[in-house]
Amino acid sequence: MPCWTPPVTKLSSESKMARLPYLPQTEADVKAMLARIGVNKLEDLYSDVPAQFLHKGAYALPEALSEQEIRDYFASLEAMNARLKVFVGQGAYDHYTPSVIPYLCSRSEFLTAYTPYQCEISQGTLRYIFEYQSMMCELTGLDVSNASMYDGPTAAAEAMKMAIACARKKTRVLLSATLLPSVVDVVKTYARFHGVEIGMVPADGGQTSLQALKAELAKDDVAGVIVPSVNRFGIVEDHSGFADAIHGEKGILIEYCDPSALAVVKTPAEWGADVAVGDGQPLGLPLCYGGPYVGFMTVKKEHMRKMPGRIVGQTVDKQGRRVFVLTLQAREQHIKREKATSNICSNESLMALWVTVYLSLMGPEGMKQVNKISADGAHYLKAELLKTGKFEDVFPDKPFLKEFVLKYKGTGSLQEKLEKAGYFAAYPSEEGYVSFCVTEKRSKEDIDRLVAAVKEG
Amino acid sequence: MKYYDKLVFELSQEGRTGFSLPVNKFPSAPEVPAGLRRESALNLPQVSEPDVVRHYTNLSQMNFGVDTGFYPLGSCTMKYNPKINEEMAALPGFNCLHPLMKDELVPGVKKVYEEMNKALAAITGMHTFTFAPCAGAHGELTGLMIMRQYHLNRGDLARTKVIVPDSAHGTNPASAAVAGLEVVEVKSLENGRIDVEALKPLLGPDIAGIMMTNPNTLGLFETQIEEIASLVHGVGGLLYYDGANMNPLMGVVRPGDMGFDIMHLNLHKTFSTPHGGGGPGSGPVGVAKHLESCIPAIKVSGFHGNFGVILRAYAYILSLGKDHLQKVGQYAVLGANYIKECLKDKYKLPIEGVCKHEFVFDGLINDGAHDDVPGATTLDVAKRLLDYGFHAPTIYFPLLFHQALMIEPTETESKETLDAFIEVMRKIADEAAQDPNILHEAPHNTPISRPDETTAARNPILKYQEN
Amino acid sequence: MSKIIEGLKYSESHEWVKVEGDVAVIGVSDYAQAEMGDITYVDMPEVDDEVAAGEEFGALESVKASSELYSPVSGTVCAVNEELEDAPEKVNEDAYGSWIIKVKMSNPAELDALLDAAGYKAVIGE
Repeated sequence: MPCWTPPVTKLSSESKMARLPYLPQTEADVKAMLARIGVNKLEDLYSDVPAQFLHKGAYALPEALSEQEIRDYFASLEAMNARLKVFVGQGAYDHYTPSVIPYLCSRSEFLTAYTPYQCEISQGTLRYIFEYQSMMCELTGLDVSNASMYDGPTAAAEAMKMAIACARKKTRVLLSATLLPSVVDVVKTYARFHGVEIGMVPADGGQTSLQALKAELAKDDVAGVIVPSVNRFGIVEDHSGFADAIHGEKGILIEYCDPSALAVVKTPAEWGADVAVGDGQPLGLPLCYGGPYVGFMTVKKEHMRKMPGRIVGQTVDKQGRRVFVLTLQAREQHIKREKATSNICSNESLMALWVTVYLSLMGPEGMKQVNKISADGAHYLKAELLKTGKFEDVFPDKPFLKEFVLKYKGTGSLQEKLEKAGYFAAYPSEEGYVSFCVTEKRSKEDIDRLVAAVKEG
Repeated sequence: MKYYDKLVFELSQEGRTGFSLPVNKFPSAPEVPAGLRRESALNLPQVSEPDVVRHYTNLSQMNFGVDTGFYPLGSCTMKYNPKINEEMAALPGFNCLHPLMKDELVPGVKKVYEEMNKALAAITGMHTFTFAPCAGAHGELTGLMIMRQYHLNRGDLARTKVIVPDSAHGTNPASAAVAGLEVVEVKSLENGRIDVEALKPLLGPDIAGIMMTNPNTLGLFETQIEEIASLVHGVGGLLYYDGANMNPLMGVVRPGDMGFDIMHLNLHKTFSTPHGGGGPGSGPVGVAKHLESCIPAIKVSGFHGNFGVILRAYAYILSLGKDHLQKVGQYAVLGANYIKECLKDKYKLPIEGVCKHEFVFDGLINDGAHDDVPGATTLDVAKRLLDYGFHAPTIYFPLLFHQALMIEPTETESKETLDAFIEVMRKIADEAAQDPNILHEAPHNTPISRPDETTAARNPILKYQEN
Repeated sequence: MSKIIEGLKYSESHEWVKVEGDVAVIGVSDYAQAEMGDITYVDMPEVDDEVAAGEEFGALESVKASSELYSPVSGTVCAVNEELEDAPEKVNEDAYGSWIIKVKMSNPAELDALLDAAGYKAVIGE
């Protein structure tokens, strides 16, 4: 197997290998420890491994780099990527990250801790998760939140499994065709292996069709339905009648949400939903090419015991002080093993802290303003784009916030033209629409320049 | 550590804010129609930036991390998290990238993925990796989906069962169930290894594969791996390697060479990325060449996995290079055996012999039980360790022993640290022998004492409620 | 030494049965509750659910454990003890006074396969 070398000048490739600064053992230490164990050399510690499995020769890896060399190499990698102004959402939103967040989240007491198994020395983690749970309940209006999950699509997949677990005997879960493709793909993958049938509910005029939903529900096998609160066209969906129709057939309603938008749009609880899931990324997490993000899930109290993932609860210690612990653990894989509600073990704790600090800084007023500036910017962009005469409005009557779609009447790929001008915009949908998104990070000047680039294109 | 009793909601004052946003220069857009608007009040805290910083700094001071002290949590590989990795992952040229940007726009990212793939393939002996899974359990699930996909692609629909040893991590059987596989448990022998004779009758045309951890959760190398691999492959099954215990094999043994077809790695264990209080992690899944074609059909996360974690792990791999890789494995094993030998006269060592990166005691040799006073348990030992400034080992896992105490020191701890831990463990054993009540009441010096977990579970309070 | 009541039927998986006509009243033995420790939740089926002898119908949960409940008889669940939803500790306090489900039996002959008090006493080795 060929070896590769990162394209940096090696400072010391010929000189004697430097020590790795992360390994504190001196030669004397090693000798003393081996003697205490009663063996002669390090290799003797592998005497139980059949000889044919001990790797012979060098590994096909580059030579070790010093810290300076790693820095230089990563700088070269970083410089290779395009720096575009982002005007696309589709599940990853370029909202602003206040400085306080990375500052606090890099505190090593948070960063280098494991799961809070020893609660007496993990009250920091447990408290912020409790705050996170409280905030997610507040945003969604539902009763109980878990401590977070991997990302939005996997949270939706867990909700799909939960619907089957709650419903008994029902075998099918419906997905709206207006959900993000990433959500549909992941839910379908989980469903295929878990033995769950998936049905799609088509869109009507850019939003989940209630009529089509009712037709599917009439087949009497639906355990749950996943619909987006704000959908992949950016449209704020009207879910009037959804909960009644679904509950009438003993299924559960799962709302897939942008939690940032929940500050201004009807909450899952207000729609009568049983479960809310989504990705916490719009709450100040950097785009970072797709991760780490943080999935969230909140449920009505009656479904609490079927909810996957860790949960933190409040109790008292021996002195009667308010303290926090991991609770309701009997649902989880380390106790229930193959009978657990999910195989999920960890959460995305640090990203949950990120979200918690973000929401603390923003407060109710900040959340309203972020939505207002983004929506105003998006409406301005849409109006300016339509003025160019190069677009057709596809859903003129539908309400939207920061994201919208248009039909491009020009030739060639608008996305590629805009890339050349320095913008990541006009992301194509499967219907042939182009999607735009504006956050509070995009100024009026940014938008005017983007529109100018469209005119030239 | 000092006790601090606030929740951020309790700092809230009407009208206070902690954000800084640009002036809105856009014309005002029409509001969302009334029927689609949020009706309920949004009761988020209203706090200033200094309030937020002080609050979370205070919270952090009730936490213990690897940077605080020794963290011998078995199975979790709590090694030092290099700081350069954090800086590299925070570079703006990576952080500003939208996940839907085409490959041609992000060649630096593609290079990271390609080189990581090569590096992990070299370290493990697998053919190629997918980076989509976000954690170890997520990797297991993905790997088992690949296993099933492989059999389905060959039109072999009968393979509905997977064999899991009784010593396995709890995630193994749970992942199997989620992947739609029925779990068949195989027993361990007295010596802690899989009972090959018990395995044989379980094998047949309905077996999709076996999930193994090697070294296993007792820290013992599965010495009969060659025979197990040959038996499982012989009936058409595949071998899955749970990479949670990969650390001791770094630079010494490759799972691919032992016959494993599929495996996951925990980048947050073996490859030094911080655990972050329970995530984010990354659980890339490696497969042998004949399984590569099964990967694309399996979509398990929204975009490209936890890229930020992958960047950290890659910086670590470059710092190791081929030069230091072996030292990681060897020193991890050295530390574990050293602690084991220094403590086995005070704690029950159920299985003698050389261990790998971790080992398991089955409680105290003399727990101090006398008259009506019950002896000190593993839980008591764990809690007493907190008093002496150490994190506790993993307790009550694996399930093979009633008083399991699982210790994993990792290669980044000095002999002085290990000696200090050994001294405290011996002291605790002596305390237990003299007066187990000292241990029953522990911890004494932490910000809080033992919580009432029963009440927490019976009457769950799971979110903030104003009094 | 745990309590065993004469006149009840027992299963080897530690459930007790009190026969009231064609209805089996089912709970767990004092030995089982003591083994579990503080019970935090009783997972119960719904009324009208079918249960089969030897099959799982629910679970007892404590802080660190979960233990399945197996139905000693086949039939249809005709009542569940809703009191336990908010007060699972009642099983700890009085295992024989805290029934969990009532099953209308479809095959009362299954009762013959169950243990009497002496037989159960032998099973738990007391």
